[in-house]
Amino acid sequence: MKKNSIALPISTGMLILAGLNSSFAANKANFNPDISLTLDARYGSFSNNSDYELPGFMLGGEASRGEQGFNLGHNELSFSNNIDDMFFGKLTTVIADHEGETEVELEEAFIETLAMGNGITIKAGRFYSDIGYMNNQHPHAWDFTDASLVYRGMFGNQLIDDGLQVSWLVPTEFYFKLGIEAMRGERFPAGGAANDGNGAYTAFAKFGGDVGVSHAWQLGFSHWRADIENRAAESHAHEADTIEVPTYAGESSLNGVDFVWKWSPNGNNREQNLKLQAEYFERNEDGNVVLEGSSPIEETTYQGEQSGWYLQSIYQFMPRWRVGYRYDYLSANNQGSDSAVLMEAGLDNEGHKAERSSIMLDYSHSEYSRIRLQVSKDDSYEDSDTLIFMQYIVTLGAHGAHRF
Amino acid sequence: MKNWIQIFTFLSALFITSPLMANINVFACEPEWASLVNELGGERVSTYTATTAFQDPHHIEARPSLIAKIRRVNLVVCSGAELESGWLPLLLKQAGNKNTRPGNKGYFEAASVVERLDVPVDLDRSSGDVHASGNPHVHLDPRRIQIISKVLFNRLGDIDPQGKTYYQQRFNDFSQRWQQAILQWQQQASELKGQRIVVHHRDWVYLFDWLGIEIAGALEPKPGLPATIGHLASLKKIVMEQPVKMIVHTPYQNPRAAQRLAKITNIPIVELPYTVGGSKQVKDLFDLFTLTIKKLKGEQQ
Repeated sequence: MKKNSIALPISTGMLILAGLNSSFAANKANFNPDISLTLDARYGSFSNNSDYELPGFMLGGEASRGEQGFNLGHNELSFSNNIDDMFFGKLTTVIADHEGETEVELEEAFIETLAMGNGITIKAGRFYSDIGYMNNQHPHAWDFTDASLVYRGMFGNQLIDDGLQVSWLVPTEFYFKLGIEAMRGERFPAGGAANDGNGAYTAFAKFGGDVGVSHAWQLGFSHWRADIENRAAESHAHEADTIEVPTYAGESSLNGVDFVWKWSPNGNNREQNLKLQAEYFERNEDGNVVLEGSSPIEETTYQGEQSGWYLQSIYQFMPRWRVGYRYDYLSANNQGSDSAVLMEAGLDNEGHKAERSSIMLDYSHSEYSRIRLQVSKDDSYEDSDTLIFMQYIVTLGAHGAHRF
Repeated sequence: MKNWIQIFTFLSALFITSPLMANINVFACEPEWASLVNELGGERVSTYTATTAFQDPHHIEARPSLIAKIRRVNLVVCSGAELESGWLPLLLKQAGNKNTRPGNKGYFEAASVVERLDVPVDLDRSSGDVHASGNPHVHLDPRRIQIISKVLFNRLGDIDPQGKTYYQQRFNDFSQRWQQAILQWQQQASELKGQRIVVHHRDWVYLFDWLGIEIAGALEPKPGLPATIGHLASLKKIVMEQPVKMIVHTPYQNPRAAQRLAKITNIPIVELPYTVGGSKQVKDLFDLFTLTIKKLKGEQQ
């Protein structure tokens, strides 16, 4: 049948029978990058004013319990777009106040292949490592105001590094992805960019699938190792004016497992949904700790054994409203030749196991705005603390992705 | 050693499943496109549908299972016009499948080949969840389906050139049946012209445009935002001024807001199937419009 012999029951002029008329093409208006701006501010109230510590862990990166009173959180400006038919590029900066000074931090700056084919994707630059489940999520996507203790203790909240990632999506019926990353290893928890700036490696495997139409899950295994030259922990004021900085050099190796289960009635997460999520990490370290700035120089051998996990559940009981509960646990068993130095470096856990319970309630007026209240009972060190946070997180600009 | 070989063979068999038998493996974002692909592709295609009629296509998560599916198909068929912008781009990027990249022949957006309604003059998020490319629910106008089917069958032929004649035949057959059906539906629905209906979300713009039905108002004060008490009161006023025939919603929308308005106005609520699978009787696109018109006329509950 010739196409012009088709008797179209369409009133003429109402519709143009065109294939790909340019005026019909989707409205991707111009070649400017997608811009996304995240605004985040908090109010914090803590029941004690001690200096924060996690006994048995050297703190670094973004690790802290937050600030009291009104303060700004993670304000983020992000640009991204396809570069050409081969590459995608993204840059994210964080604008933050540190002790009264405004600092611009480069959080992400990477390119990624769009279509190598055969399930292979290569990413290069500075990016969130894909180990664990939470690690590659931007703080504005977190379900709680702060990072879990195991991420705070192990990674200084998140593992971000400069390097190269190769991943392969195996062509199986269910989801099965393998990946490796080679990193510079300059930022916490590595440090010093050992091996001429090629000091850290990761490997990960992820599995996932659906169970019926209402359930979905993902299971992951991760490994990270680094050759560390000088990992400096937070400085430590000591008797009047000497400042000592505990500094670690040696090997570090970490393994982790993560699991997520999501449920929503008929798979329609708009109305109601439930998420159950847990991650476990353990780390072994072997080297020396020096208190830089001490006189005479104090040092010790150090064999670290640290582990921790969290379990959290988020329930959206009606559109816009979610409640959540999280339990954190951390433990360390570190040995060294000089226990006094280990103690000074914060690596002696003094028999303490860190624990924290948090509950949160949040309200999302639309996909782009969220207001949250969180209360934590924090026993991560000797002085038990009750933390209350109120927070807003809003996103302007490009539509964010609904990640699993 | 022998044990290791056995384990390896077993694992390979488990993981690397043999390529599927069909000539084209299709990932359809929504059931309406799966149905259309099956009409045009017959036994030369094998179709996976990512969502059901009970899921809001705006709010799907990029689940691992969906990534694994896209990895193994040669054609992705979706609505486009940013309906899937929260999840499809992420799936496509994570799947690392060269064929299904936007711009390549393995990627098909139905809305991009037809004229769209509700294209906003002013793009501002304070107007709610608006789509820059216009209203994406194009499958609810059978005339637009006709246009889409013509571009789609040609695409199937581009991907599987050996099946070209086959797809042409299936298209001719479908097209003839479809046009007869359109005439019949238009006849059946002639009495609906000029009727006023309250909708939950503006999913029905294309259907109502085709049948000449007027949208009296929407339960959502702004697209994507749930109804408020104040907004329902203003809807009641609209309903009182000029009669409204019914309140309609999709299977994936919570009927609570519709029920509240029905209570204060005494207007009946009708759940329309919205897409294939939205009601037990709706097994393909023909059933979809037949039942939708029956329900709009109040012939069927």
